[in-house]
Amino acid sequence: MKQESIRAEMVEMTYREAVKQALRDAIKRDERVFLMGEDVGRYGGCYAVSHGLFAEFGPERIRDTPLSESGFTGAGIGAAMAGMRPIVELMTVNFTLLALDQILNTAATVRHMSGNQFGVPLVIRMATGAGRQLAAQHSHSLEGWYAHIPGIKVLAPATLEDARGMLWTALQDPDPVLIFENVMLYNMTGKLAADAGPVDIDKAAIRRPGRDISLITYGGSLWKTLEAATALAADNIEAEVIDLRSLRPLDDATIMASVAKTRHAVIVDEGWRSGSLAAEVGMRIVEQAFWSLDAPIGRVCSEEVPIPYPRHLENAAIPQAPKIVAAAKAALARS
Amino acid sequence: MPSLGADMEAGTLVEWLVKPGDRVKRGDVVAVVETQKGAIEIETFQSGQIEQILVDLKSKVPVGTPLARIRTEGEEKPAAIAAAPPPAVPTAPPAAPAVAHAAPPVVQAPGPPPPITPPPPLAPATAARARVSPAARRLAEERGIDLSTVTGSGPDGAITFADVERRIGEAAAPPEKKRGGLDLAAMRLAIAAAMARSKREIPHYYLEHQVEITACEQWLAEKNATLPPDNRLLLGALAIKAVALAARRFPAFNGFYRDNKFEPAPAVHVGVAVAIRGGGLAAPALHDADRLPLDELMSGMRDLVQRTRAGRIRGSEMSDPTITISSLGERGVEVLYGIIYPPQVAIVGFGKAVVRPWVVDGAIGPRSVITITLSGDHRAPDGHAGALFLAEIGKLLQEPDKL
Repeated sequence: MKQESIRAEMVEMTYREAVKQALRDAIKRDERVFLMGEDVGRYGGCYAVSHGLFAEFGPERIRDTPLSESGFTGAGIGAAMAGMRPIVELMTVNFTLLALDQILNTAATVRHMSGNQFGVPLVIRMATGAGRQLAAQHSHSLEGWYAHIPGIKVLAPATLEDARGMLWTALQDPDPVLIFENVMLYNMTGKLAADAGPVDIDKAAIRRPGRDISLITYGGSLWKTLEAATALAADNIEAEVIDLRSLRPLDDATIMASVAKTRHAVIVDEGWRSGSLAAEVGMRIVEQAFWSLDAPIGRVCSEEVPIPYPRHLENAAIPQAPKIVAAAKAALARS
Repeated sequence: MPSLGADMEAGTLVEWLVKPGDRVKRGDVVAVVETQKGAIEIETFQSGQIEQILVDLKSKVPVGTPLARIRTEGEEKPAAIAAAPPPAVPTAPPAAPAVAHAAPPVVQAPGPPPPITPPPPLAPATAARARVSPAARRLAEERGIDLSTVTGSGPDGAITFADVERRIGEAAAPPEKKRGGLDLAAMRLAIAAAMARSKREIPHYYLEHQVEITACEQWLAEKNATLPPDNRLLLGALAIKAVALAARRFPAFNGFYRDNKFEPAPAVHVGVAVAIRGGGLAAPALHDADRLPLDELMSGMRDLVQRTRAGRIRGSEMSDPTITISSLGERGVEVLYGIIYPPQVAIVGFGKAVVRPWVVDGAIGPRSVITITLSGDHRAPDGHAGALFLAEIGKLLQEPDKL
């Protein structure tokens, strides 16, 4: 798939546009697919992801909902159980808390509770992350929480290719899949093959190979981590950058193979440190690759504070490239 | 402090080759002890981790003194209770706790085994545990690198994989170790003491047996024709093997006379008398000589002679011989009557091979003949047994291909 895309014509676009193409493609390809959420229709989505789709596909396929996350998420679950392939957009991850009972208690459990009589082939998309000065109530990174829940899959597309390709694969999954789109990525531009299509959703990707240290990250932090890797290269440190892509299930094999090679690991996760996904990844490394480790595992996470509104404080609260560089050098005992 | 000879009463510790924290395997050389016979390398009889060095450099201590404490795999770490030292056990004598709970000393001293109970108070851990990364630890284990010899460069000075790799590189080209060398005057005193004691205490009897060794010479010539010079076999190797095999069949000559009785040894470790330039003499053991194939026995013999002359004998080689062989054939001597090295009970002497008129199948012909002697301890086996033993050696030498 990837090799084909290299040959294809490359088109410059934003991450937002890549997500929109994925939505349009899915709606066109499968008549059971529809998008549902707050302001996704006439307004075009609060991050303008679905802008223009209402005009193109109409209110049957692009459905505006009342401000009731629990209600329309539950409606999505019911539609999925009844044979549709709904895509529910929750505006940001903090609003998913209002739908948490539907997600955790219903969507994730129905297959189990029904003795496999029903499944919930539902996709829930949402924006996540800080950096846009949306203050403490709209800047969370709670994907690590969701990765805690058996019965669902949790994806974090960080590249145009994944933004374009993960949705269709997620829709083919017989169980609920949550897709976390980092708010800082929507405006990111890059080149994507004109014929880009579905991608796998269960493998981590090595975004930059290296021999000295494994920097393990996902989502919006990927680009900060790649920036850090470039800075480290100037100091003759070759960092390998792993994009987890799927937070549940985690691709242990890719992580362990990398750590076995580099013997050093720093995990970059915009979630708060305590009980974070970074903690889970770190513990798995200890469990599975302990004898390969050459230094304590490092973590760069968000400061354990409500994310501040002022830009300088917000930037200070979340992972940034200099912190990643410092953590990598600490693990390597370099200054 | 191991006994490196029946006459040894004390030894001076001149070099430690291990440090606390080092892992040692049974047979590893751990220290060098200066005795009257020169500097002897001491091997450990116990695998485990060196916990504490008990004897300082340059200290002269009596035989039987524990030199170091080794913690074996199963033993608990003292660190757990080191933090809060419990009150001393009132019944324990002041010096006893230091060793009472430990593994046997480096070399098991004679006497009763150390008491097992009760768990005595432990000395507080002396040094903080070294930081070693898991990857470094595993690499060191795989490659047999002693982590105490590695300098850490990682976070908080931890030893990292790269540090161990560097150490492996260094270990590949080890610096020549300096040894005290041989003190011939002290060695002479030791020889004097041992030989005087032997002649004073041991009622020697002497037997002599002339053995035709034409078969050996022919066999050696054929064998050596195909071997590179460095691997060629010498008659001495056949002699050692023949004596070792005979000693196995006649266990009364293989062992020690101690406390008014003979103790047969479970294995045959043949002491090989080696002359040392300047007037020294030592007879270190060629271990399990009865079981070594001839080529291994030959290379073992070369190695032993070389190290003996360089003053690098190991402790077990000094203390283990169960029977001794001496040969002066190369010096042109036809017959040699040895003095038994106590507490052994026999020494076998080999003279020079000479061509003599010999009766074979009723006809006289020239034959290579060697004179083998046995000096036996009459307190242990009698001359009758000695004659059979000596005859057995002669018979064995008739069929060199079976040695």
